[in-house]
Amino acid sequence: MTAVKRNLRTGRIIVKRPTAAKRWVNVVLLVLLALTIWGFLTIETKGTDLGKATVDTIRYFGIMFGRPAGVDTHFGVSGAGSWGVFTAALRLLLVTLALAFLTTLVGAIIALILGLLAARNLTNTRTSNIIKGFVAVIRAVPTVLWVLIFAIGAGLGAVAAVIGMSFHTVGYLLKAYSESFEELDEGVIDALRASGASWLQIVFQAVLPSSATYLLSWTFIRFEINFAVAVAMGAAAGAGGIGFNLFMAAGYFFDISEIGFITYLILAVALIMELVATQLKKRYHIHD
Amino acid sequence: MSSLLIEKTSPTAYFRKQKLTLTLFLLGMIFVSWGASVLTQFDLFDAFAAIPRVAAWMTANLLPDAKAWSRLPRILDKLWDTILMSVMASVAASVVSFVFAILGSVTTRPNGVFAFLARTIASINRNIPVAAWAMIFLLSFGQSSFTGFLALFFATFGFLTRAFMETIDEASASSVEALRAAGASYSQVIAQAVIPASLPQMMSWVLYMVETNIRSATLVGLLTGSGIGFMFSVYYKSLQYRSASLVVLSIVVVVLAIELISNAVRRVIL
Repeated sequence: MTAVKRNLRTGRIIVKRPTAAKRWVNVVLLVLLALTIWGFLTIETKGTDLGKATVDTIRYFGIMFGRPAGVDTHFGVSGAGSWGVFTAALRLLLVTLALAFLTTLVGAIIALILGLLAARNLTNTRTSNIIKGFVAVIRAVPTVLWVLIFAIGAGLGAVAAVIGMSFHTVGYLLKAYSESFEELDEGVIDALRASGASWLQIVFQAVLPSSATYLLSWTFIRFEINFAVAVAMGAAAGAGGIGFNLFMAAGYFFDISEIGFITYLILAVALIMELVATQLKKRYHIHD
Repeated sequence: MSSLLIEKTSPTAYFRKQKLTLTLFLLGMIFVSWGASVLTQFDLFDAFAAIPRVAAWMTANLLPDAKAWSRLPRILDKLWDTILMSVMASVAASVVSFVFAILGSVTTRPNGVFAFLARTIASINRNIPVAAWAMIFLLSFGQSSFTGFLALFFATFGFLTRAFMETIDEASASSVEALRAAGASYSQVIAQAVIPASLPQMMSWVLYMVETNIRSATLVGLLTGSGIGFMFSVYYKSLQYRSASLVVLSIVVVVLAIELISNAVRRVIL
């Protein structure tokens, strides 16, 4: 038995010895806490009375969630009743969903091709590393900046929005796809290779069929994320859809009831999608 | 898809069914894509044609010039604000999320009512996009970094609560059971089983949120007129693309650096 270590002052036996991992946890905790305190001390509020603003916010929340309502002219259906406003808002919601869908589709196609080239069991390490490094850089640029950069060349609208939003989708799905491919039983690939199958035959006869359900689940999970991204791009990058109305309601019309109305709609769609995604994750044991 | 189902059918019937499923799926996808393209006036060929055009334009017009470099100190100043904002939002949210996760997780929940409330509040928070949070707080808190902080805080809180609940259930379920069996009190279970077992994983999530929040902070900054996002939008709207691209480059460097640091930390602590 090793010598028992005791606390010099109390004489109690020390059961746990600090390991390197624990020390690092403490260091990181301290650094994060220090940065947070520094942040709170130096954050600029531009002279806002925080107490009053908090009271206002609580009152606004009451109006938002208690009396949600859309204004007909803001939705381009002047003179229509509340039902007309509702259907107009649903159409805009559908536009946002469509943008998210197209983004997911474009992203999935590109990610599928790159994913096959990045999976370690289907390619060499060098190609795999090059693709993964490239994607890391692409992912470091925020989506909104990609959309705005593409808007210079392609004009504000659906094309810039979908292409700009696709970058992060490719990054996300590439990782998910290539990891699904890497989980494939090495024996299957070897057997096919030994019987003279070409790379394309291996991909289409073994890799894709056996991972199809995973790929679809991951793609849906990204679709769920892309809905929130599409709302944001509507608000910040003129991509259209319900996000733009949210931006106008809060930034120009200062209409709190309308913010509530739009937030409710977004929340409803997001909750339904989350429910489906949770079921998929449970069924296929996916952790994102 | 049916490929994983093992059915008692002849091979030909199986493959025919598989082909049918695939065809129907592809047709459905094409139909939905067509509908979505009409609705949004999106053109797939236009989109793919735009990529090389924009790439060529980017290489010609996005290299920072001397004027852009002279603005670097101001950009770095705003970038530092943004980093602080992301760390603040992540850390502050993680404290609140920890409490909610304890209340909501299957392993540690005190009772069903609290658990339901905690999960519902977190779920609503998580599903309101960060852009919506930013617009909500913009009204009362005005165009300032504090508005950005609040938006990031609420979006992070929803996400971290779910992540922490999963972490507690995965990492500490067995040690909690052991301590309970030995007669430990609720607070002892939390302090001696839950926190030590799940702290490294939780920290990994907080680091992930810091990374994510720097990107989100750019978006929130654009919407609320603060931080690095505002900087970008000023240069972008005045067509000074070379300065705007220096902003993008500086964000890339910071995000990659934080990713490297947190990966290194993760390797040690997990």
